[in-house]
Amino acid sequence: MSETATPSAPQTAPARAGAPADPQAFLREGVRWRWFETVFWPLTLLPFFVAETYLILASQIAITALFAISLDLIVGYSGLVSLGHAVFFGFGAYTAGILSKYGWGEPLSGLLAATLAATLLGYLTSFIIARITHFALIMVTLGLCLLMFELANKAHWLTGGDDGLQGMSMWPIFGIFEFDLYGCTAYAYSLIALFLSFLVIRRVINSPFGLSLRGMRENVRRMPAIGASIRKRIRVIYTISAGFAGLAGGLLAQTTQFVALDALSFQRSAETLVMLILGGAGQLYGGIVGAILFLVARDQLAGMNPQFWYFWLGLLLVLVIIFLPNGILGSLAKLTARRRRKP
Amino acid sequence: MTPRIVSLLFDGFAYGMLLFVLSVGLSVTLGMMNFVNLAHGSFAMIGGYTTVTLMRAWDWPFFATLPVAFVMAAAVAVVLERVLYRRLYRATDLDQALLTIGIVFMSIASAAYIFGTTQQPIEMPAYIRGRVQIGDFSFGVYRIFLVCAALLITAVLVVGLDYTRFGARVRAAVDNQRMARGLGINVDWVFAVTFAIGSGLAGLGGALAIEVVGLDPNFALKYLVFMLIVVAVGGMASIRGAFITAAMLGIIDMFSKYYVPEVGAFVLYAVMVGLLVWRPAGLFARR
Repeated sequence: MSETATPSAPQTAPARAGAPADPQAFLREGVRWRWFETVFWPLTLLPFFVAETYLILASQIAITALFAISLDLIVGYSGLVSLGHAVFFGFGAYTAGILSKYGWGEPLSGLLAATLAATLLGYLTSFIIARITHFALIMVTLGLCLLMFELANKAHWLTGGDDGLQGMSMWPIFGIFEFDLYGCTAYAYSLIALFLSFLVIRRVINSPFGLSLRGMRENVRRMPAIGASIRKRIRVIYTISAGFAGLAGGLLAQTTQFVALDALSFQRSAETLVMLILGGAGQLYGGIVGAILFLVARDQLAGMNPQFWYFWLGLLLVLVIIFLPNGILGSLAKLTARRRRKP
Repeated sequence: MTPRIVSLLFDGFAYGMLLFVLSVGLSVTLGMMNFVNLAHGSFAMIGGYTTVTLMRAWDWPFFATLPVAFVMAAAVAVVLERVLYRRLYRATDLDQALLTIGIVFMSIASAAYIFGTTQQPIEMPAYIRGRVQIGDFSFGVYRIFLVCAALLITAVLVVGLDYTRFGARVRAAVDNQRMARGLGINVDWVFAVTFAIGSGLAGLGGALAIEVVGLDPNFALKYLVFMLIVVAVGGMASIRGAFITAAMLGIIDMFSKYYVPEVGAFVLYAVMVGLLVWRPAGLFARR
């Protein structure tokens, strides 16, 4: 293989100019663990020791971060637009919730069921999604979300409608770890789920398939020209993303033992998009950083009138879009890259 | 035809005409500038609150406030277009959608802060509140007025777009922006004016809507979905498409609310998704 086989390699390779060109080098470079990653993940254990009162918030953050990362797969990496990703989150949440309400409170199998249900829904809708683009895509994703919301709202006998799904009872995990009031089990459970999902997603993104997704994002016309079917890839990534969103939804239902109609709402889709854009879409850690900033800020400002919260949220969104088009992480990455390039 | 059905048809049509006034501007701007403007409902809300304020604080008559509602919405829209929108004309759909969602959030919060979260009822002049009896059928006077106003606006838009010099420029800019520039048309200016007119119409629609659907801070989001359906199904930059879609939407919504209220908006969304999958560019797409 010659150097031209990996057109992306020169971006990362100049540091090792002397090494022989290797087509796999670029992919291997992506899989390698960075120093900030090995620092970040141990830090997520801190809430157990220093902030016991915030464990519930911490588990919310872990769940929301997982949801945001699942959205990142399609928005950040594949360049698709979705204003209705909450449809999978809510579907997973209701699956897990209804299972436990009607007598099966085993958490792990419930979570698996939530993931599978959302994956199936994602697979079915992906055929629609792969057919359309641009404005129609925005409208269809929004429409599917509104459709599901109305359905859950009207099916009062099953979902509790406006009142939310009440009366869930969760069994202890492995029969040992009871879900406690302080959220200790909940955070550990959510964190493990987040970390394992993150490993899988990280692997997917750094695989050749993940690379082809980024190719699709950069130039949707050129990909078919080099023999990569767009629709098939959209269907696969959309299904995967839906599955992880459902997993996050199932986690939320199980740890809070309640499902509100809000889990399916347009507002949830929009808020998660805001987090992702704030943190940086297509940056792997963008969803996590965005979720931490967003939820901590909302927790701190909770005493404030909710209308003010929405005002600042809107303003933040406008400022981020205008001044930080790649989010916080994207801008940081650009800064460090610029400094590194200077001799 | 029973009087009940005729009256439902008419009310639905009038409601559809209201939706048409609200969304025709979005159809043109979306089709022309390719800009996903989700803040269109906020412009409508500006018009509505302008009318409420003028009538409450200065005792203006309802009809005198309508031109002001138009101008206010158009003015705010032009300022936003110059300051924010134009930076994102070449950005992705997602960035445009998010920027305008941010504006929607801010407008909702501001409206709630200034006017409170309650509905804003207004006192309509007496001569427009009654009903007219024609044979067996009775029609609300205000709804008749709505239909007439919408038909007039449609006529003005169609004539303006098809038979004036400015309309020709707009059509040229929609069809092929680069070619239009090459022919010496000031496309930026055409955009700005069209955007102002479209947003002004939204403001007018917002003012007209108070009597029919009410006005509260969530208006911007609640009716955005209807506006987007009209544009998405009707096809972009198509006045005819927007007109027919809005009329159908109003009638379907009125009938389903009356006969199958338990189904709610479900049918509406299902039909929209189905139509968009069938014809992604809309039913009456120009291209």
